[in-house]
Amino acid sequence: MRSKTLLAGLAMTTALTVPGLVMARPVTLTATLKNYGGNGAYLALYVTDASGAYKSTLWVAGPKSKYHSHLSGWQRASGGNVAGINGITGASVGAGRTLKVTVDLADALFDAGYKLHIDVAAEDMRDSPSDVVVPLTAAGAGRPVAGRSYIQTFTYGL
Amino acid sequence: MLRWLHKVLALSVVIPLMALVVSGSVLSVMPALDRAGTISPPADGISVAELAARTAAILPGVEQIKRLPSGKVVAFYAGTDGPAANVVDPSSGEPVSTYAPSAFERWMTNFHRSFFLGDGGRMVAGAVALALLVLTLSGVQMTARRMGGWARFLDRSRGHAMERLHADLGQLATLGLIVSTLTALFLSLTTFGLIPDGPSQGPAFPTMAQGGRALPVARIDALRGIDLGQLRQLTFPNPADPTDFFRLTTANGEGYVDPMSGELLAWQDHAIGRQIYEFIYRMHTGRGLWWVGVLLGLSALGVPVLGVSGTALWWRRRRANEPIAANVPARTADTVILVGSEGGSTWEFARTLHAALSANGHMVHTVAMNGFARSYPAAKRMFLLTATHGDGTAPASAAAFLERLDEIGASPTSRFAVLGFGDRQFPQFCRFARDVDAALTRRGWTSLLPLETIDRQSPEEFARWGEALSTVMGEDLVLAHVPERPRTRALTLIDRIDYGTEVQAPTCVLRFALPARSLLARLAGRGWPHFSAGDLLAVVPPGETVPRYYSLASSARDAFVEICVRKHPGGRCSGLLHGLRPGDRIEAFVKANPSFRPAQGRKPVILIGAGTGIGPLAGFIRANDGRRPLYLYFGARDPESDFLYRREIQGWVDDRRLTSLSSVFSRVKDGGYVQDRLRTDSDCLRTLVGAGAQILVCGGREMAAGVKETLGELLVPTGLTPDLLKQEGRYLEDVY
Repeated sequence: MRSKTLLAGLAMTTALTVPGLVMARPVTLTATLKNYGGNGAYLALYVTDASGAYKSTLWVAGPKSKYHSHLSGWQRASGGNVAGINGITGASVGAGRTLKVTVDLADALFDAGYKLHIDVAAEDMRDSPSDVVVPLTAAGAGRPVAGRSYIQTFTYGL
Repeated sequence: MLRWLHKVLALSVVIPLMALVVSGSVLSVMPALDRAGTISPPADGISVAELAARTAAILPGVEQIKRLPSGKVVAFYAGTDGPAANVVDPSSGEPVSTYAPSAFERWMTNFHRSFFLGDGGRMVAGAVALALLVLTLSGVQMTARRMGGWARFLDRSRGHAMERLHADLGQLATLGLIVSTLTALFLSLTTFGLIPDGPSQGPAFPTMAQGGRALPVARIDALRGIDLGQLRQLTFPNPADPTDFFRLTTANGEGYVDPMSGELLAWQDHAIGRQIYEFIYRMHTGRGLWWVGVLLGLSALGVPVLGVSGTALWWRRRRANEPIAANVPARTADTVILVGSEGGSTWEFARTLHAALSANGHMVHTVAMNGFARSYPAAKRMFLLTATHGDGTAPASAAAFLERLDEIGASPTSRFAVLGFGDRQFPQFCRFARDVDAALTRRGWTSLLPLETIDRQSPEEFARWGEALSTVMGEDLVLAHVPERPRTRALTLIDRIDYGTEVQAPTCVLRFALPARSLLARLAGRGWPHFSAGDLLAVVPPGETVPRYYSLASSARDAFVEICVRKHPGGRCSGLLHGLRPGDRIEAFVKANPSFRPAQGRKPVILIGAGTGIGPLAGFIRANDGRRPLYLYFGARDPESDFLYRREIQGWVDDRRLTSLSSVFSRVKDGGYVQDRLRTDSDCLRTLVGAGAQILVCGGREMAAGVKETLGELLVPTGLTPDLLKQEGRYLEDVY
């Protein structure tokens, strides 16, 4: 994991700044996919505020940018401005597999009404924007959530 | 050089290539199957709005409607048990079946793209596609060279069965393979981002709508204006989000539709890069163009057969080029044999000559003509055995010979003899051998024997050359060349009819029973092969090794083996055959002669024969189920004595297997030869030839020469000559 680049990327994409100091903690995001019977899925994990306004992108699984348009919720929320995702891109996730990434999230994102979305899409199959939507709370950490189409369970751990 | 590249490339990529083409062929059928299972939309079209409304009515939670390249319409919706997808009938929106993309197809596609090895696998697949393209192009180049130029590329190929198979299949598969490989390379480069395939950004999401109630889908104008045939995908707005839009993708572009006002909000036409990409994608996979898929799949299926036949050809050539046993070093040899060979068969003859000379105590050195050394100090004689390639050029192992000859100054003290190998069906029969002979004579070399030619690797002609050589060398040289060593089978005589005894031309028509062909024997390669009239029966008299060839007058379907044999005074084999009585046996095998056959099709054929030459012609007439027009010109001595097949011919005319018979006899009043009769029928023959007729001539050498001359004369007004017809495959001879 290129944590240095990750940190730099996050510093850029995270709009929330505490004057002079950014307090963040490492959070592990674990998403297990169902056996949906298709090729490797593309995922976008991103944060929006309570009203749905885009905050930041945490991770994009799936390197080829021409398929990113299928992650429609993320595209719509971020307005297509996803220039800074180079450091937070990884391989696509196969059916039945698990994506496990650790990202640094600012403390201020928790218990403030922010929501974590996961968009999923796979080749020749349906696009599933906001397959999972979870509020970011300290209490919700570690609690598995089921997704709509592709995701079996998702947990975020502190 | 080209052959070396072709061979090396083929051998190195054979395994992934087979995997790729077989998986590709399997995949190529899928679009056709898909198409077959698709319900067609209503004939006068249906708008997207209409279909969407009907579908939404039946499946309330519909999220997305997709139209697949095969024309299938699929609705994705949130069912009671979770996300579901159904194939819907485009006319009514009724779900027809659950949408279940074939796991087998997906597995096969992933295998075909990358052998399940991710990006590395994709690179390998791309490299193999490139290799196949190079193989196809090099193969095409070699075939053109062999045929004698690009203008003749699509002619019927010639040569023995395996060569013809490889060339014919190659000709058929070329276009499909070029399309497949080029599109595959394009797709590979696109995947790796080396070729752009359209911008990755769609149209910008429009700003929020004013709010209000959403229109019913059927009333949305933007969707009403689009026919189902144009649709790719329609995504419904999220019901939980009042600010969401329809997202529409059609064949022309993509955009958003406002559910409140029904208007098209943001629209972006597909970029040219994307259109090109999609076209190439469709050409490669056949999705949406199912017939292209099937054609490309068939071409791909040719590759394994090409691989096997190519390997067989390579192996045969390699075996023939094995170093000759007991080859004496050049310095000490008193006899040098130089070999010019393309397919390797000339090497076999050289080997026989080498063995015979060595047996007589000579020190023989055999080498390819390209390896012609500056001097052979001890050599007293040099034999140049050479074939001719394509349109009269040097074969592979002699390509550099004439240049090398220029480099060598003084003519040696040894004497030379050139023996050319060729096929009289080729227009430039033994051309290279003649060139070599002329070049050597010009340089003042002394010749031992004049140039001789051997037609179609005939061991008899080779043996005769051996006898001439014996006389000149003053020793006993027997060249008993047996090209392949096929097994002989015993044939039992069932019937014989004698002709011609009164006119001193004793001829008999012998009919043998077909040897039993058990399946096991056939599999072991020992069965009696399938044969047709025009092929040759090789009879091996007991105690001998050199077979004698007779043209077959029957085909396998007639269920007997029939030949016409003229008794030659002192002839060992003909004497044996004439002494046979029903129940007696002979040992024989079949030698294929595929070049002497009526061409496929229904064009008229003119059959010209004399004496025993009528044999194969009778076989062709017998086999003429299709009743194509056949005209027979037959010459003999006396109708009462040696009119072979007299009774059968009448039956064939009644049956319309034979259109007309023109017979002429030399020993009766007002008789003549076959060529005289041809002259009388000049007009008719000219008309026939103008209509595309083919001419087959079978008989003795003199008769064939006379016929050729006569035809040449009578065809002058048409501007054609027998040689021109020969090039097109319309003038075939079986001459002995």
